[in-house]
Amino acid sequence: MADKIVNVVQTAAVGDAYLAQIKKKRQMSFVMLVVFLALLVSGFYTADSRNAGGFWVGISNIFDFPAAMFGEAIDRAPLMPGYLVEYFPSLIETINIAAASTLIGGLLGLVMSLLVTRGFAPVPWLVNPLRRLLDILRAIPEIVIALVLIFMLGGGPVPAMIAIALHSVGALGKLFSEVNENASLKPVEGLASVGASWTQRMWFGVIPQVAPNYLSYALLRFEINIRASAILGFVGAGGIGYDLRNTMSWGVGKYDEAAAIFILLFLTIVVVDQLSGLFRNRLTHGAANTQVTL
Amino acid sequence: MTTATLHAATVAQFHLKKRAAVALPLIILAYFAYIFVSFDVAGLSERINVDNARTLVSDSYSYKTHVAQDNRNGSLTISVEGERKGEYPEGTAPDWVSLGDATVVDLGEGHIITLGAQVSYDIPGYGLVTARPDGTGVNAVFPDGNLPDYINASKNRVMIETDAGRFTITRARAEVFKYSLGWELFFFTLDSPYYDMGPAQLAAKVYSGEAGAVWQEFWTNKMWRHGDVFWALFETLLMAFLGTFGAAIVALPLSFFAARNFTPLGPLRFVARRLFDFLRGVDALIWTIVLSRAFGPGPLTGSLAILLTDTGTFGKLFSEALENVDDKQIEGVASTGAKPVQRYRFGVFPQMMPVLLSQVLYYLESNTRSATIIGAITGGGIGLLLTQAIATQKDWEEVTYYIVLIILLVMAMDTLSGWLRRKLIKGDEGGH
Repeated sequence: MADKIVNVVQTAAVGDAYLAQIKKKRQMSFVMLVVFLALLVSGFYTADSRNAGGFWVGISNIFDFPAAMFGEAIDRAPLMPGYLVEYFPSLIETINIAAASTLIGGLLGLVMSLLVTRGFAPVPWLVNPLRRLLDILRAIPEIVIALVLIFMLGGGPVPAMIAIALHSVGALGKLFSEVNENASLKPVEGLASVGASWTQRMWFGVIPQVAPNYLSYALLRFEINIRASAILGFVGAGGIGYDLRNTMSWGVGKYDEAAAIFILLFLTIVVVDQLSGLFRNRLTHGAANTQVTL
Repeated sequence: MTTATLHAATVAQFHLKKRAAVALPLIILAYFAYIFVSFDVAGLSERINVDNARTLVSDSYSYKTHVAQDNRNGSLTISVEGERKGEYPEGTAPDWVSLGDATVVDLGEGHIITLGAQVSYDIPGYGLVTARPDGTGVNAVFPDGNLPDYINASKNRVMIETDAGRFTITRARAEVFKYSLGWELFFFTLDSPYYDMGPAQLAAKVYSGEAGAVWQEFWTNKMWRHGDVFWALFETLLMAFLGTFGAAIVALPLSFFAARNFTPLGPLRFVARRLFDFLRGVDALIWTIVLSRAFGPGPLTGSLAILLTDTGTFGKLFSEALENVDDKQIEGVASTGAKPVQRYRFGVFPQMMPVLLSQVLYYLESNTRSATIIGAITGGGIGLLLTQAIATQKDWEEVTYYIVLIILLVMAMDTLSGWLRRKLIKGDEGGH
């Protein structure tokens, strides 16, 4: 009987302590939330004050430009199919920049990932320096490399391709090496026991295990690279972005062509996103689970 | 299934894989061949501008000092990179220039240039080149024999380019370039009282109560504009911060409409999903162009462009996370008599928060890069400074400086977001 009373008292004490702890935690969360919101609000005020045009002035005419653009496009609607055909080659160039750089980035990233995964790396002391190299490649925005290369090589798709490929090596190299870490070492050991070389061990022991995940990440990268390649075109690296800048700097009178480019770019991004999403779903969940979610 | 059919199926599969192993590299090779032709990679060797490349590389780790004489009135200006901001005050000069009636410039290793009414360059291993520029030409006199490759001479212009430096003379001007290693005037410009001081002297000044003045001189350095650069970096960071978290706050309530288990109403779900697809599909590039028309260049435009694009991205990601929420926890909370708001608070949010925070923090790092790019397009932050410095085509040391700062900023954000992810979300190994 006495034991039970003690137990009740203890339980009550634990309960109080628990409630007090929860209360303290909630207070902390609340304070953090308030600080965070204050930062966000003051951030928007700072951004607003450092902007050329203010928010409240701008918000009223936010639809002016789209209205002018699509107004012009609707006025000259019969010309629209012609524009879509005219700018299609540029769109292909933008897609090619993205595809080529994803391929280069994927292939180099594959090699890099094997070199930086502990257990697979043929030269162990190179692991850390190469990891830092991947970090740096990932940290440089594509536009930086592209602008410098445009200065040296002139405009065109090649600077954009190199710039995006370098960034992709950094990004994919890291993601691939994380996939490698989860790969089973048993096939590699089996191959090693029959005297396979490093290349053979990787090619037959590791790649078949990780290929679906690699492919899934590479597809995701391709989505990202299409956007990047359009943006780099805007600073002079060819493709549809370059045409967009030219029509934009022409201004009124070519807005209908700008609208055509907007539509092409939008459709491409949406279609590539959907298709790659579908494929990635298939790669990670298997064919049976494929379903289009609308 | 008998062993025979199994064997046949396996052999067939092997054949298929063998063929794929040959075909795939061939397809990739064919694609690269197509790219090679379509991007005109072969023509690149003609388009490549070697001079530009050389200037860029040498400028990024060295600087040049100009010593220029106006031949008409004999006046002399010495300046770093030939910029007014880097001019030596009247009567002062670096130690390799001795001022006088005839100014002597010592380029080192025996290369001596004398400026005055008669200009001369003593080139070791070749001889003395003299010139007396006037209205008729530069009247240069060279040692006997053929001119070496590094001298380019005509009636009105002589240019000599040696390892020690570059010497140009025209009728109007005589100019010497001397190349030196490093980023000159990085801390203080020539007009600053602290320019000539070593670290020890500076430390003494700081301790004697001039810390504010020293800092002020550094911060307002006219060549490198450290203060402006800091603000530009801050603006870029601000764009990433506001864009990412603004998008998360907007996307969170909207994502409930796009999740199958929270919005059984098909049409509403369809509208929400298409809205997210639209926001994502328009992409930051087009949002930036459209928004900069309304708001002008600056960090607000960049923030809103990121906010709009990422509202689409987060909406999709969050709604997927919501669809994976375990119903049992919600039922458990409901069984205690919880009201709908409490069910969300205690049944849904604790499950979602880790996934959600992890994704948002991951985007914070990638948006720092996007903010640089958007700044370069619309004008704002470090991206703007970078494009301006590249546009001058000569301030490559500044370009290098900005690139280093951008890399450090992005890596710092990567580390910070990784650290926060590990701290806020237990069990997440920071792998993304």
